Amino acid sequence: MNPVNYLYLAALLFTIGATGVLIRRNAIVLFMCVELMLNACNLAFVAFSRMHGNLDGQVIAFFTMVVAAAEVVVGLAIIVSVFRARHSASVDDASLMKL
Amino acid sequence: MSVLAASTTSTGEAVQFWVLGTVAVIGALCTILLRKAVHSALCLAGTMIILAVFYLANGAYFLGVVQIVVYTGAIMMLFLFVVMLVGVTAADSVKETIKGQRWWAAACALGFGILLAGGIGNASLTEFDGLGTANAAYGGNVEGIAALVFTKYVFAFEITGALLITAAVGAMVLTHRERTERARTQRELAEQRVREGTHLPPLPAPGVYARHNAVDIAGLLPDGTPADLTVISTLRKRGQIRDVSGEALADLKALEQRSEERLGRDREDVRDIRDQVPDRDRDEEEASR
Repeated sequence: MNPVNYLYLAALLFTIGATGVLIRRNAIVLFMCVELMLNACNLAFVAFSRMHGNLDGQVIAFFTMVVAAAEVVVGLAIIVSVFRARHSASVDDASLMKL
Repeated sequence: MSVLAASTTSTGEAVQFWVLGTVAVIGALCTILLRKAVHSALCLAGTMIILAVFYLANGAYFLGVVQIVVYTGAIMMLFLFVVMLVGVTAADSVKETIKGQRWWAAACALGFGILLAGGIGNASLTEFDGLGTANAAYGGNVEGIAALVFTKYVFAFEITGALLITAAVGAMVLTHRERTERARTQRELAEQRVREGTHLPPLPAPGVYARHNAVDIAGLLPDGTPADLTVISTLRKRGQIRDVSGEALADLKALEQRSEERLGRDREDVRDIRDQVPDRDRDEEEASR
């Protein structure tokens, strides 16, 4: 097996995550799908790091993890405050500015 | 390309990849297809653990451990906390607001996936270097990453610290609520309750005696109907009251039927005995005669 298969797996996981973002309505599940996409990117970074024989890819993946953690904290706080205000976590219900 | 360039991994890693890769894809599909958010979160946690194993297999030992500690340990548990906060029973609606959106989304995803796979397939990636020399350069994977983080990427690392502090403060600001009026004392609350006069004593407790003591189960009135007043107002507003009155009534009916049968049998027994007693008396009379 060639490590390029890890890249195919990462592409598949990213595609699944993107599909989830398109078809789901629950804001929490949307966030999980975004996390799945970030993880797929990390896998691609790690696989590239191995292919090229340097550690830069792993450092970038590490930074991605930190940014993902910060994003999850703020995003979940937004979801909780929206849920408090509207009693719903569905992204379809937050349509106050729609014509 | 270094001298160590190879084109295939070991057979063990190939087997691991195909087995765990399948499980990871199934977990990802379950994440987007299962309707309850808790199930999605658990499937995603499984996928992330498998990705951690893949990181370890790729020689990224530090990232593999960080993936388990940070992603499955911290981020997914945070997700579960919020799922519990928002309402664990709330399932996603399946109603489509845009007609045919799901099929269009699937078609777009298929096209996107083909595009990505085509791009990877076109790149010439037949040989790979492996991380052996890179990991050994500073005496190990963790030391190598540390050397990079604190030299080449030190500025990005500092910015990361600023980002984390901003995120923590932002989360506190977003979830903090300022109290706009003074909290009423217990005395004032009691006086108000007396003045309103609707419900003076404490509210009745939820649950059905000796059967269900969960807070979301309404207590039953003497006639078997549920009393909504026993459930706290938050659950009442969310409509998360479990009704066991049907079950209780069925139990009651079964109990009554059983006692009826028992009583009926007893009555029959009594009748049998009463029938037998004169016979025996008669027998005794005949014997004595």
